[in-house]
Amino acid sequence: MKAKVYITPKAGILDPQGLTIERSLPALGFEGVSNVRVGKYIELELPDGEGAGESLERMCRKLLANPIIEDFEYELIEE
Amino acid sequence: MSNTTGQDTGQKPAYELLGLTAGEYRGICERMGREPNYVELAVFSLMWSEHCGYKHSRPLLGRLPTEGERILQGPGENAGIVDIGGGLAVAMKIESHNHPSAIEPFQGAATGIGGIVRDIFAMGARPVANLDPLHFGSLDKPRQRFLLDGVVEGIAAYGNCMGIPTVAGEIHFEDAYEDNCLINVMCVGLVRQEDIIRARATGPGNLVVLIGSSTGRDGIGGASILASAEFDETAEEKRPTVQVGNPFMEKKLLEACLEMRDKGLLVALQDLGAGGLSSSSSEMASKGGTGIDIDIARVPLREPDMEPFEIMISESQERMLAVVEPSREAEVMAVCEKWDLDATVVGKVTDTGRLRVFDGDEPIADMPVKALVDEAPTYVVEPRRPEHERDQPLPEDHYPQPEDLGRVLLDLLASPNVCSKRWVYEQYDHMVQTDNALWPGGDAAVLRIKGRRDGIALTSDGNGRRTFLDPRRGGRAVVAEAARNLSCVGAEPLAITNCLNFGNPEKGPIYYQFQQAVEGMAEACEALGTPVTGGNVSFYNESFGQAVYPNPVVGMLGLVEDTGRLGTHRFQNAGDLILLAGDARPAADGSEYQLTVHGEVAGRIPDVDLEGERRLQALVRRAVREGLAASAHDISDGGLACCIAESAIEGGLGAAVDLEALAGGARDGLRPDLLLFGEVSGLVVLSAAPAAARRLQEEAGDVPLAVIGEVGGDRLTFTGAGGPAIDVPLAAAADAWQNALERRMAP
Amino acid sequence: MAASPHTAAPPARFGVVIFPGSNCDADTHDAIETFAGAEGRYLWHKETRLDDLDCVILPGGFSYGDYLRSGAIARFSPLMEAVRRFAAEGGLVMGICNGFQVLLEAGLLPGAMQQNEKLKFICRLVSLKVENDQTPFTRRYRQGQVIQAPIAHHEGNYFIDEEGLAELEANGQVVLRYCDPEGEVTQEANPNGSLANIAGICNREGNVFGMMPHPERVCDALVGGTDGRGVFDSIIDSVRERSGR
Repeated sequence: MKAKVYITPKAGILDPQGLTIERSLPALGFEGVSNVRVGKYIELELPDGEGAGESLERMCRKLLANPIIEDFEYELIEE
Repeated sequence: MSNTTGQDTGQKPAYELLGLTAGEYRGICERMGREPNYVELAVFSLMWSEHCGYKHSRPLLGRLPTEGERILQGPGENAGIVDIGGGLAVAMKIESHNHPSAIEPFQGAATGIGGIVRDIFAMGARPVANLDPLHFGSLDKPRQRFLLDGVVEGIAAYGNCMGIPTVAGEIHFEDAYEDNCLINVMCVGLVRQEDIIRARATGPGNLVVLIGSSTGRDGIGGASILASAEFDETAEEKRPTVQVGNPFMEKKLLEACLEMRDKGLLVALQDLGAGGLSSSSSEMASKGGTGIDIDIARVPLREPDMEPFEIMISESQERMLAVVEPSREAEVMAVCEKWDLDATVVGKVTDTGRLRVFDGDEPIADMPVKALVDEAPTYVVEPRRPEHERDQPLPEDHYPQPEDLGRVLLDLLASPNVCSKRWVYEQYDHMVQTDNALWPGGDAAVLRIKGRRDGIALTSDGNGRRTFLDPRRGGRAVVAEAARNLSCVGAEPLAITNCLNFGNPEKGPIYYQFQQAVEGMAEACEALGTPVTGGNVSFYNESFGQAVYPNPVVGMLGLVEDTGRLGTHRFQNAGDLILLAGDARPAADGSEYQLTVHGEVAGRIPDVDLEGERRLQALVRRAVREGLAASAHDISDGGLACCIAESAIEGGLGAAVDLEALAGGARDGLRPDLLLFGEVSGLVVLSAAPAAARRLQEEAGDVPLAVIGEVGGDRLTFTGAGGPAIDVPLAAAADAWQNALERRMAP
Repeated sequence: MAASPHTAAPPARFGVVIFPGSNCDADTHDAIETFAGAEGRYLWHKETRLDDLDCVILPGGFSYGDYLRSGAIARFSPLMEAVRRFAAEGGLVMGICNGFQVLLEAGLLPGAMQQNEKLKFICRLVSLKVENDQTPFTRRYRQGQVIQAPIAHHEGNYFIDEEGLAELEANGQVVLRYCDPEGEVTQEANPNGSLANIAGICNREGNVFGMMPHPERVCDALVGGTDGRGVFDSIIDSVRERSGR
């Protein structure tokens, strides 16, 4: 089964990448954009079965995200 | 032979789509004794491209001196090799990655580093330094800032990860590079002479092993299309052919190859660069006087449905081709496994003199190696002097003298071509490997050699503007400047590698510029004793029919006897005297002053007195080595005033200069603005304690050495007969020079 | 106290870790070899025996390419399990730059690294204030002393939550801070946006230490200075004292 994992900086953590984008948008004529946060998007395929969600959750905690500075969400897509 | 068509080519003949002419196609048929199939044609189109075949440059490059007692390997291998004594040698090579970087700056620059680094460790050398000469359009344009940002990040991402310090380079900004930036990359390695590996596939029966990344469609056609055709609106569509770099893979590849070297497992080694498997295998066979059989069915693929020709010409990065004896295969595999690298036997060396390609048992291509590698046609074009060239320099009163020369100084110091490049080099790990005896910012980098007293000095220089105004003088000037930079740190120049960036050589004026520049470089290399160890030619640097400035970029290697006695460009002590060494007359023609203040590039640059240059540099080296000179700094972009300002800013000490003392000899009667900001080859500013300065003057022989001022205070003053021509606080000059680039690049 | 250089004590034994993407391993090893009281050997990342060592150093570099996050994958190597045990038994562990990032990811030190505030790699000599001169890694310095060492990183922007920071400060675990040449800890002197200008921290027990700047790059006057020697001298002293050598 396929999975999509979204990793974002935790709320309240300074995100310099997001800030930089936010600051450069007005120069290109895009006014009023706020709260830009830059994260990571990971696609993966994992074995089908009951424990897929749980396994993915652990994967995120252990490796894909760093819980000290990052939040994560994921979607499992049954084929 | 099957698989002859490969692809629907529509109405145009296949050879034409692959960039070959009808005449070239006939030549291929003659050498094959039949019509080539599509795989063979694809391989020929790469090997006979300008990039791999040097069709327009080969006849002229013979003019460059390539021999010398220290030259262990001249042009023709993955890199040149120079003997530095004590059983050690330096491998060096420069290359361009202009077109890939113009399309995708980060990956273009990153894979440029990857390629040049592989060239160095293919020789068995451990890479110890990268240098990056870069040329962009004006930073006033957002696109150019984007390119600079991306290129610098790409170089940093790759070089830093590899643990190779980026120790020097140069950056110029001119409108001429707006649609075609020049991204040249140079790598230097150290190797024990008995460990040198060459790319000679010898010993029929030996195995051909492909090591590193799997093969995908990246860069397909890169060599023939990207590097050999001009840019136009379709450039954007060519984006998919840009390769993506994986520096971690390359770091493992480097360590594995050097481990195999240490274990004596390698008969030959070659990187897969432009032309991929086709060019690496045929070049290895050519050098070994052998043939090679390749089975593409064994090549590990990243995409399952690749055509045979795609596998042969893919430019996927981070791959090496090794020749090993069958009895050592297991050991080779063990080293690769240790470094978690794929390694696959994809073929064997034969005595056929042919490159034969199989898909399993089925033969799909069979070509004579000699025809592929050595018989690309060469072209000689009727040279035509470009219309903008002038016989005479501009009259010295051509421009009105600006009223506020202090303002001019500050403007020039803040010009992106003159200002500190700290914003760039702080993004490069320039200290890893802990050998940098001089940090970036000076005239040249110096690396110690652990366990030895001596060290190597490195610089890269290129000045397209001067070469544009007079290619022969420009060629002389660029070699002389590189040697002068090395001399300023106390190093003896040994050899060069060059990257010749020009427009479309099929055009008479471009061919002329190339021919003249090569001539000028050859003259200077002969006069200064620095043979050419190899390099790269990059033609077709044009966009919409407009060529970049002709730009021969020189990377030069020197040797310092004692890393404990190096020259610095920084003023050291208040009270030291400032001396001007050399006897040349600066001019506005081709100078940064002309461009920044008067808004044009025009006239004819002064010639280079190579004999005077040789004597000047010998004096400067002696002054540095004997500890007589406290500082030494070459006068280049921005002229004498900027040179002195840089020494003052970096040393944290002001300077007072007497313009009348400056105006002697060749400079007799020269107007203050030209004295201060004019440019010419052959001048160096020294500082020395008064007693040392007297000794220097006694020892200077026939090199003019004038005391022109004194170090100290917190201002920069240049005073003429009518009072101070310039009087600015050092802090203002420092602010202009140090922060200009960062300000320009601020988001 | 520092052992006299004349006593023929056995040398302190250092292990320098090599992950496949380490690139300061040789620099660190070479620096160690310049100390009379030390000897170093390399530790391949698949090794698990550390019992001949007094101190393990995780050097700078890009351990496993660090494409996901610096040090994120290195923490799962066989060697790191051994390092965890080594540290738990009181062995000295130091992470430099990427090694510091690995120690954070492995949970041997608290907190996390983010990208530098200006999103650029920075390689530059910086000033550091020694905040704690009682650790096995800094005892040769004086509290408040300002030393110079280069940084070279893209992710050195240290972060920890408020509680964690309070705990670090209360326990003297903040060992080095970025400062100006006069020793003032200012925002301008903070090169990467690190919380509280933190450049180096230790664990509560004091035997695990991480710092972003590179002490091994300032062990020789010819190539930039000697201010980093104190770190290695401190470790050598500590080892001698512990083993009664």
